Amino acid sequence: MNKKTYSIPIGPVHPSLEEPMTFNFEIYGERIEKVNLAPGDNHRGIEFMGRQRNPIQIIYLAERICGICSASHPFAFCQAVENAAGIEVPERGQYIRVIIAELERIHSHILWAGIAGHELGFDSVLYISWRAREEVLDLLEYLTGNRINYGIFMIGGVRRDISEEQISRIRKTLEYYKDIYGKLEDIFLKDPTIALRTRNVGVLTKEDALRLCAVGPTARASGIKKDVRQDQPYSAYADLEVKAITPDVLTGEVNGDVYDRIIVRLLEVVQSIQIIEQCLENMPSGEIVAEKKLVKLLNQLKKAKGEGIGRHEAPRGECFHYIKLAEAEVPEVWKARAPTYNNLMPWAPMLLGEQIADIPIVIASTDPCIACMDRVTILNKANGQKNVLTKKDLHELSVQKTRRITP
Amino acid sequence: MEHMKSEEIIKLFKEKFNDSITNSRIEIKTAGLKKNSYSVIWLEIELKDFKEAVKLLCTIQFPHFAIISGSDTGEEIKLTYHFSIYYGERSKEISLNLTTNLPKNNLKLPTITDLIPGAQTAEREIKEMLGVTIKGLPDLPNVFLPKDFPKDVYPLRKDETGAEKMVNKREEVKKVE
Repeated sequence: MNKKTYSIPIGPVHPSLEEPMTFNFEIYGERIEKVNLAPGDNHRGIEFMGRQRNPIQIIYLAERICGICSASHPFAFCQAVENAAGIEVPERGQYIRVIIAELERIHSHILWAGIAGHELGFDSVLYISWRAREEVLDLLEYLTGNRINYGIFMIGGVRRDISEEQISRIRKTLEYYKDIYGKLEDIFLKDPTIALRTRNVGVLTKEDALRLCAVGPTARASGIKKDVRQDQPYSAYADLEVKAITPDVLTGEVNGDVYDRIIVRLLEVVQSIQIIEQCLENMPSGEIVAEKKLVKLLNQLKKAKGEGIGRHEAPRGECFHYIKLAEAEVPEVWKARAPTYNNLMPWAPMLLGEQIADIPIVIASTDPCIACMDRVTILNKANGQKNVLTKKDLHELSVQKTRRITP
Repeated sequence: MEHMKSEEIIKLFKEKFNDSITNSRIEIKTAGLKKNSYSVIWLEIELKDFKEAVKLLCTIQFPHFAIISGSDTGEEIKLTYHFSIYYGERSKEISLNLTTNLPKNNLKLPTITDLIPGAQTAEREIKEMLGVTIKGLPDLPNVFLPKDFPKDVYPLRKDETGAEKMVNKREEVKKVE
């Protein structure tokens, strides 16, 4: 038997996900034998740009690191600056921050559920869940003025208050999601096709997740109870009882497969609804921002010296920002780390031994901010012959597999 | 598991490495209405004991590794490794930031990927962004910079090897004096 492997590069660009990424697979038959990751096709040098801006300008730059985590990055960044400069956020500001961050989590997880359905060739799920997601986007637009890139975070607090009449609108949206949740659970956890395609696929063991420093739902689905909101409660999370969700809550066991990642995300939608309800009940009155006058704040930051870290549990995991202020207009160092950065390496053990048709769902299962399958080149090493597969072909393979195994 | 307090962790490091610890401090942060607190440890250690310090950290609990941040201070490059320990339980996690300084004429640092494999991407990043040689790291292609990026340019440096000269300033709006 000829034991020759083929190499398949996947990537680097695809319009439906945010950032490009290249995967190089060594394939034997249908089985993946080796995975090489090559990100960086769209490195925008944001940290370099940050060196020419003052901290208030960087908030808006940080917000645009990711289109979906547009509350997570400014949240972590503002915390880092506040820690470095010794600014205390008023309690009401902390509660509003948490409400916005949790609304973002609901929209991000439901968006992911749609993409997961699409990758399996289950497009009605995509339409249902993205329709459901519109409700929370409308609410975010009503509260902040924008569907994404909310522009609500400010160093020392938030820029907009939440009024009484807005609270009733938030409650209405939460009721909507409580109603629709049963439907989502029905689709994802009781449908035999989804279970067939996701059970025991893309397994990440607890040891690997620990060793490779996985974060967020990817780590929790492998049984690590790691959640910044629980481990190191910051902001208003310090008053709330947030518990890291692992799949054994529902099924009694941890497999670390794609199915478990679906469970964790679905349960986190419910958790987010509960967190927002608790916030609305206990929200204190008072100021929303430590310093209203921006010129005064800028002057304060210009004189500040020190370093600080800010951590926030984004929908995809821990988002980490580090800043060093050195009595200058611009920061000396700014380091931003998105959760997908840490979830890069766990892809290798997940993908090993899987089939080509499972690539889309396994890659999508970590909810990457960089995962794109535009074209696939199958390169025959022996004669240098090149076959180019498009994203459409790869998607088609995935859909065919679903049809094939559905009883 | 019995957890050490922040002061005890610093004491542990100081006992093992004596004068190598050039700087240490604890920050206590409070949050929420109940003012619950959490602590952040900052440690600065000399290069010769850096790897041993990471080893010692691994004996407390397998740490969560977040990222390496690096800054160019002129004569030296300052690298800070951001870890956290005691994750997995409510309000127990302690952030630990380990800083070390590398002189610019000898930018070499041992890898920690043998202890924490997940640190590979971050080590590759500082290798290409700051030009630090990581001893023991396999020679892999660039992670974030393009393949045809000039060899001796390190974008996050602030000296003549930085990327300042590569910036296209044609569209720049000049500040009015």
